[in-house]
Amino acid sequence: MMEAIQAQLPVLQVVIPLLAAPVCIILRRRSLVLPFSAGVCWLTFLISVFLLGEVLEAGVISYALGGWAAPWGIEYRVDALAAFVLLFVSGIAALVLTYAPRSLTDEVPASRHYLFCTLYLLCLTGLLGIAITGDLFNVFVFLEISALSSYALIALGGRRQALPAAFQYLVMGTIGATFILIGIGLMYQMTGTLNMADMAGRLAAVDGVRTALVAFGFLTVGIALKMALFPLHVWLPNAYAYAPSVVSAFIAATATKVSVYILLRFMFSVFGLEFSFEQLGLGRALMPLALAGIFVASAAAIFQRNVKRMLAYSSVAQIGYMVLGISFATATGLTGGIVHLFNHALIKGGLFMAMGCVMLRLHSVDLDDMAGIGRAMPWTMAAWALGGLGLIGVPATAGFVSKWILLEAALERDGVLIAILVLLSSLLALAYVWRVVETAFFHEPSERAREAREAPLSMLIPTWVLLGATVFFGLYTDYSAGIARQAAEAVLRGMP
Amino acid sequence: MSGLVPLYLALVIPLAGAVLIAALGRWPNAREAATLATGVALFAFVVSLLEHVLAGANPGVVLVWLLPNLPLVLRLEPLGMIFALVASSLWIVTSLYSIGYMRAHGEAHQTRFYVCFAVSICAAMGVALAGNMLTLFLFYEVLTLSTYPLVSHHGTPKAMKGARTYLGVLVTTSVGFLLLAVAWTYALAGTLDFRAGGILAGRASDSVLLVLLALYVFGTGKAAVMPFHRWLPAAMVAPTPVSALLHAVAVVKAGVFTVMKVAVYIFGPDLLASTGINTWLMYAAGFTVIAGSLVAMAQDNLKRRLAYSTVSQLSYIVLGAALANTWGIVGGSMHIAMHAFGKITLFFCAGAIYVAAHKTEISDMRGLGRAMPVTMIAFLVGALSVIGVPPLGGSWSKWYLALGALDAGQILFVAVLMISSLLNIAYLIPIPIRAFFSKPADGSEPAGFREAPAFCLAALSFTALGCVVLFFLADDVYRLLVPWFGA
Repeated sequence: MMEAIQAQLPVLQVVIPLLAAPVCIILRRRSLVLPFSAGVCWLTFLISVFLLGEVLEAGVISYALGGWAAPWGIEYRVDALAAFVLLFVSGIAALVLTYAPRSLTDEVPASRHYLFCTLYLLCLTGLLGIAITGDLFNVFVFLEISALSSYALIALGGRRQALPAAFQYLVMGTIGATFILIGIGLMYQMTGTLNMADMAGRLAAVDGVRTALVAFGFLTVGIALKMALFPLHVWLPNAYAYAPSVVSAFIAATATKVSVYILLRFMFSVFGLEFSFEQLGLGRALMPLALAGIFVASAAAIFQRNVKRMLAYSSVAQIGYMVLGISFATATGLTGGIVHLFNHALIKGGLFMAMGCVMLRLHSVDLDDMAGIGRAMPWTMAAWALGGLGLIGVPATAGFVSKWILLEAALERDGVLIAILVLLSSLLALAYVWRVVETAFFHEPSERAREAREAPLSMLIPTWVLLGATVFFGLYTDYSAGIARQAAEAVLRGMP
Repeated sequence: MSGLVPLYLALVIPLAGAVLIAALGRWPNAREAATLATGVALFAFVVSLLEHVLAGANPGVVLVWLLPNLPLVLRLEPLGMIFALVASSLWIVTSLYSIGYMRAHGEAHQTRFYVCFAVSICAAMGVALAGNMLTLFLFYEVLTLSTYPLVSHHGTPKAMKGARTYLGVLVTTSVGFLLLAVAWTYALAGTLDFRAGGILAGRASDSVLLVLLALYVFGTGKAAVMPFHRWLPAAMVAPTPVSALLHAVAVVKAGVFTVMKVAVYIFGPDLLASTGINTWLMYAAGFTVIAGSLVAMAQDNLKRRLAYSTVSQLSYIVLGAALANTWGIVGGSMHIAMHAFGKITLFFCAGAIYVAAHKTEISDMRGLGRAMPVTMIAFLVGALSVIGVPPLGGSWSKWYLALGALDAGQILFVAVLMISSLLNIAYLIPIPIRAFFSKPADGSEPAGFREAPAFCLAALSFTALGCVVLFFLADDVYRLLVPWFGA
């Protein structure tokens, strides 16, 4: 029995949240829906833990959906990278939903909670599906599932600005998805297959290089839009700033990370290192964009008054670090990029959760209103400060580990200049983080802050679990950098 | 056997103390008892480590493997031993002093103050016992962050501005330069362990080594080599016990200690001397020695004058490291201890004057000797030790530094040391002299005997006495160091 279930784990990973989503509409009652969907999220997390264990022990898992063998049927393919992404996406989804009830009550009308849960589970389905599938068209389908549900999730935000923010995201996201679809279509036309491994093998034999180039171009731009790579990031700050706190925490920690995962899959697994980086010089295009993104977005973050917007700009900058790591196209560089996917997911998820606590008590996330809040909400703001230190990359936090590996990768290739830029950019992070820390802890309390009190434990504990994890993974890296290195090496080897 | 020494206790004890202090926040007496008990326990533990060093052992313990090849590790060696002894012993004295000072002053947020103090000491211990450069860097940063709330303690705009300068300079230099140097070293040498003779020999060209050394020295902002010294006077907005322990002992000594460790264990004296990349560092240090003293002369605020004096004195130790020979290293290391006792005495006195007489400007301190004789005598003793007059501790370190300069054939720096001593006399000695022999500036009759609280007096008398005792202990320090850095 157990073994039979174990063999089906890859599909259960996606099907369980997918089927649970409509169930939420049937259940409908608030008191039922939230625990139910949180339970579902924890179940998917459990599955991803098993999958990762299996992959690390026995190597790549290939699962033929419906028994139709690849390349005709859809193949689910779990390698170290996919399992790693599945793990942190489902883990953060579960933690955020556990944290959600109090925050939702405050920010979203109770009559819409069942819709929230439906959308949340659909979004999770999409993100997990992208990570697990080995089929190109399937990637597009799941991408659209996650994107459409996240537009609606953002539009649930209480303020009126949430609607234009969601609409902007919708327009940009749809353009990105269309580009990706065109790219996939062209590749299908060239090779006659949609299976990634199969396509990787056939691309080499294809004559029409021009079609491949066009497909490559469409895909690169489409994915860059989705992952908010500078200068295609304009949709992101408003979307994160005006979404409900719970949604900001979930999407900021996972959605762009999964898009980075798509980039890795296409550029390394499908097109291959040689085509993408040696022939086309993708690294030379990505590196300046990554660096520019790091600096421009960090500088923009310094000038934000709305702290959630500030964190959103910081996210754009952090995506720059991930892409920088990828642009080296070396084992160390990729390790740095992949481990930062994970570390930043923890840090930014935790920070947005802390902001949710602030929102609950202050009904504002403006810096002026947050003056002196450290006195009323010491635990929330201490957690925030911890996350901020992670963004700066202070040793003993997860952010330092990523930064150190990126430095190593830069210096390996004699890129002293890049190393210097990476370090300078952490000083910008210091500037925007410290502005908040100083205001919260050392300024005279604002009117709102005087009446505030500490956030409830149901929100504080998940926040601290996530931010505590950033310290844990700042000191003990076997399960972050260790797995990231395995994943990086596997990705560099390409599809068998 | 040597692997079994639980070095991590040096971190655990102050951390546990910090938790205890936080828990006892509501009962000030119990809280302060916890501080003192932690201090005594830590000092006892550090003293118990001495036998290992004297036996020539080099025990180490891996805390955690951060990355493959890159552990966080503690390892005991003589330089760290000296620093740990100085910091842990003076923590007890400062705690006594703090109790008197903070209560007499009715300061707010005292629990936060004592907790941050304990965490800072934990970080200082981590710096002292770090077994590789990464571990040192980690605790170096923790030390910066944990002292920030102490500097900004008062929360006034002036304090916030000072604290921002403090954090800005220290983090900018450490992240911008030091971390780059550390990562670069790792890329070149494949390790960051502190090893006798260094790890960089033959790994890079002279010009790269020169850049690296500059990154290390200027990256260690806590060593306050000009032009990165501005944070130290800025930090004087902190309550005086903080200035005393952290900005005369733990923080600044962590800086020069880092420079010393880098010179001895990362580059190695032989590499420094044979490639000649240390020459510019001697000049940079020599310049800071003289310029710091000159600026100190112009300060009327006592704490600022002492701060610039510290800037100047710190570069003695950097100079010792730059000389890259046995005498220089011995003199520099010894100066870590000697200057610590002298300067902390001076700061204690400054604080005592502030508490008892509410005076901060030197020009107001005329005739104060009648009211505060004990404080002023202790000030004189501390000043003489900083100047380097026998029979006080400071004379030995200057002696060895001068020998080191002669040994390296750098007569110029013997002259620098002598001129600096004269400048020290000029800016330190007039303070007690005028306190005893001048009438108060406003012409009023000197008030009667009015000293600072007993806790403060006890602390400053103790450290003044320490300056004398160290003169006679110099031989022991010498014997601790020389077998390692062979004559």
